[in-house]
Amino acid sequence: MPKQLRLSRRMFLGAAAGLAAAVSGCSLFRREEQVPSLGATPDEIIRRRQLTPNDVTAALMTYVPAGKYDDYLMFASDGHGGQVLVFGLPSMRLLRVISVFTPEPWQGYGYGGHGDEVLKGGYFRGRPILWGDTHHPALSETNGEYDGQFLFINDKANGRIAVIDLRDFETKQIVKNPLLVSEHGGCFVTPNTEYVLEADQYSTPLGGAYAPLSEYKQKYRGVLTFWKFDRQKGRIIPEQSFAIETPPYWHDLADAGRGDSDGWAFWNSINTELAVPGILEGRPPMEIAASQRDMDYLHVVNWRKAEEVIKAGKFEVVEGFKLIPMQVAAYEGILYLIPEPKSPHGVDVTPRGDYIVVAGKLYPHVTVYSFEKIQQAIARGRFDRDEYGVPILPFDQCVETQVELGLGPLHTQFDDQGFAYTSLFLDSAVARWSLGRPYREDGWKLVEKLPVQYNIGHLAAVEGDTAKPAGTFLVVLNKWSVDRFPSLGPLLPQNAQLIAIEAGKPMVVLYDAPVGLGEPHYAQIIKRERIKAWEVYPEVGWDPATQQVDPNAPKRLADARIERRGRTVEIWGTLMRSNIRPDVVEVQQGDEVIWHLTNIERARDATHGFALGGYNINLSLEPGETETFRFVADMPGTFPFYCTEFCSALHLEMMGYFLVKPA
Amino acid sequence: MKAPAAPTATLPGRQASGLSRWLNDRLPFGLAAVALLASLLLPYWSMTLRAPQYPGGLRIAIYLGPQGLVGDVAEVNGLNHYIGMMPLEDAARLERAVAPYGVAALALAAAMAALIRRRWTTVLSLGIVAFPVIFLADLAYWLWYYGNHLDPTAPLRGAIRPFTPPVLGVGRVGQFVVVADFGPGLYLAFTAALLAAAGAVLRWRALSQARKPAGGL
Repeated sequence: MPKQLRLSRRMFLGAAAGLAAAVSGCSLFRREEQVPSLGATPDEIIRRRQLTPNDVTAALMTYVPAGKYDDYLMFASDGHGGQVLVFGLPSMRLLRVISVFTPEPWQGYGYGGHGDEVLKGGYFRGRPILWGDTHHPALSETNGEYDGQFLFINDKANGRIAVIDLRDFETKQIVKNPLLVSEHGGCFVTPNTEYVLEADQYSTPLGGAYAPLSEYKQKYRGVLTFWKFDRQKGRIIPEQSFAIETPPYWHDLADAGRGDSDGWAFWNSINTELAVPGILEGRPPMEIAASQRDMDYLHVVNWRKAEEVIKAGKFEVVEGFKLIPMQVAAYEGILYLIPEPKSPHGVDVTPRGDYIVVAGKLYPHVTVYSFEKIQQAIARGRFDRDEYGVPILPFDQCVETQVELGLGPLHTQFDDQGFAYTSLFLDSAVARWSLGRPYREDGWKLVEKLPVQYNIGHLAAVEGDTAKPAGTFLVVLNKWSVDRFPSLGPLLPQNAQLIAIEAGKPMVVLYDAPVGLGEPHYAQIIKRERIKAWEVYPEVGWDPATQQVDPNAPKRLADARIERRGRTVEIWGTLMRSNIRPDVVEVQQGDEVIWHLTNIERARDATHGFALGGYNINLSLEPGETETFRFVADMPGTFPFYCTEFCSALHLEMMGYFLVKPA
Repeated sequence: MKAPAAPTATLPGRQASGLSRWLNDRLPFGLAAVALLASLLLPYWSMTLRAPQYPGGLRIAIYLGPQGLVGDVAEVNGLNHYIGMMPLEDAARLERAVAPYGVAALALAAAMAALIRRRWTTVLSLGIVAFPVIFLADLAYWLWYYGNHLDPTAPLRGAIRPFTPPVLGVGRVGQFVVVADFGPGLYLAFTAALLAAAGAVLRWRALSQARKPAGGL
């Protein structure tokens, strides 16, 4: 019996060993990695390249080893390039361009695919506008922090807003603001992305109708817009959006309140002089005319109140858009003005929402308004009104303090140590200054200034305009690079400079990143892990326009077919390494062609392009993506089509013929 | 003061108690039945393909349960078409159709052997012992068949000569390093085979001894 017992114990041991082998069996193979020697010691490299100790520190702080990822992603506008740029930090490598307002062939955006419809949404009174002047990207927020889901970007030139879905980094929607022509105070989002803020820059009559400049005061108006965003749909809903009519002051930057000031929004203004241009008529240029008064107006907007007023039906519909008339805004507690030193630029809400920092531009101070004091001043109810009847709160009652920083303060960001960073355009420097209580005891003081190269505009710290700034790095977006890069002709790249803002250490410039495809105007920097982008589209047959599977999409090789109905030829086809199916399509001249194509690959990065020369069709189909394009085959001839994205060893053979028989 | 030791494991002599007898020639079959059923939930065999452009590797796994063939099947098929290899789904269609029922039947046989303590039940273990060997033999046949029946019109027919992918271990096809592994399901099947064999030996012996004093056989 004991013998038998031992036997059975052995069996159990054997079974256990079998299981252990099963578990470890999966890792039988390990690849050996060899690190090649660089052939020199660090000291030799430093000597040979004549690097200073600071250079070496900067190199070590910014270098991201090959194959490793950056910690942060920076979403930057690119000015009148009309796109969005995505950089990695701290390496400052350009990782992506996201096409937005401008057709872009690599992404197949604007050449026959679903991007055409997106661009069409931004047409100006039906007229194609195929560029934009992107200024202020805004990441969607949850509780005042970036949530990494969506990005909004404005077009100053044509008064438009675009929505980018960060699951696939693709522009999904462009909306044209029907009330204004040019805009600036956008995009800024409310703390839970209920609304995307946008305001006019240069006043026009509502909707941009004609009115002579002699009727500027009577006919021209400002527009503060609250675009309703539906997170589920991933779209702005114009029907649920509204705007507030204001006097024809020119609105500049904006910010949404958060924390204490949630439910409020703030806009700066210039040209409260109500001047109009007319140099040839003997009027002073606007730069003079709009700088005459010592004070312009900070606009303080209670948007929750505005929502109530809309619900109560106290709005007009202008150009199909809900508009709260100026008188309603002025007399129902929606819009207040507070004097601010003339022609300011940035208005930035502190992380807790307790202060509003207005940068002087023509005045060497930042003016810090207390939200609490503003509320007290409103409660007191004693205010003047401007000539349009809008209440003006007394400056002294609303201001917490003013901090002298230097010449040309423009924009302010924050860190996690209670410091603020303000760009100084004229000084070409960044000012670091301390916030007062509850942020710091030693508050409202200039701490240090760092020269930057050159003519700094906006600046962005890591999550530096949110409820929880993360500090660490600051990027300054310099308008001029002058001598920082080799001469490449008279059009110079912009210079995005990376600056370390570590706690307890002086600021230091780490890296100059030339940007040679537009002007990164404003940027936001988000922790990389907040972005949860798809590696491939979730399913084969995915329509990125709807973010769903298109039931009509070809999904397997066997779905490839051609159907003819009278003068219509409908094609269902697939792309997969290394063939396009069907690879011969023959039609009669004048036939309408409806072509559905799906990239049925599931491998990451197995993107295929589809180019049909002569017919201006150019698509990028990422794994799983389906596209439908239509055109009339009005040009007879023989047209090869092929895959434009080098996909495989037999990429060259991935082609077909489109034959159009002459009528 | 000490309580007397439990009689089962420490009891000397050849008279086994009911519990230890139970342990000796019922439990192995019972465990074999459980192992076989559990094996249906786990992969029997897997193949990992590594190449420079697939940093995470590609992996396909074979289940005998309802999952069947899983992993990067479409991608592997896509690659295989360059060398003219047939789609993976076409392999062992009959075997894959029968496998879930076959394994379930073997588990049922093991359960019967656990419940019915007769000498004839030892015969039931034969199928359980043979099963993992048959699985490997069939797998080896299909690997050979696939590697040696390449489409002569395939684009890479000149670069890739007929080959037999490994049943276990490392092979090489073009830029791909192929690593074949037995899966936990197969190890469970082997375990079941060992248990069934041991159970059969123990039962045969025990029942033979039990008969001797009675003067039977």
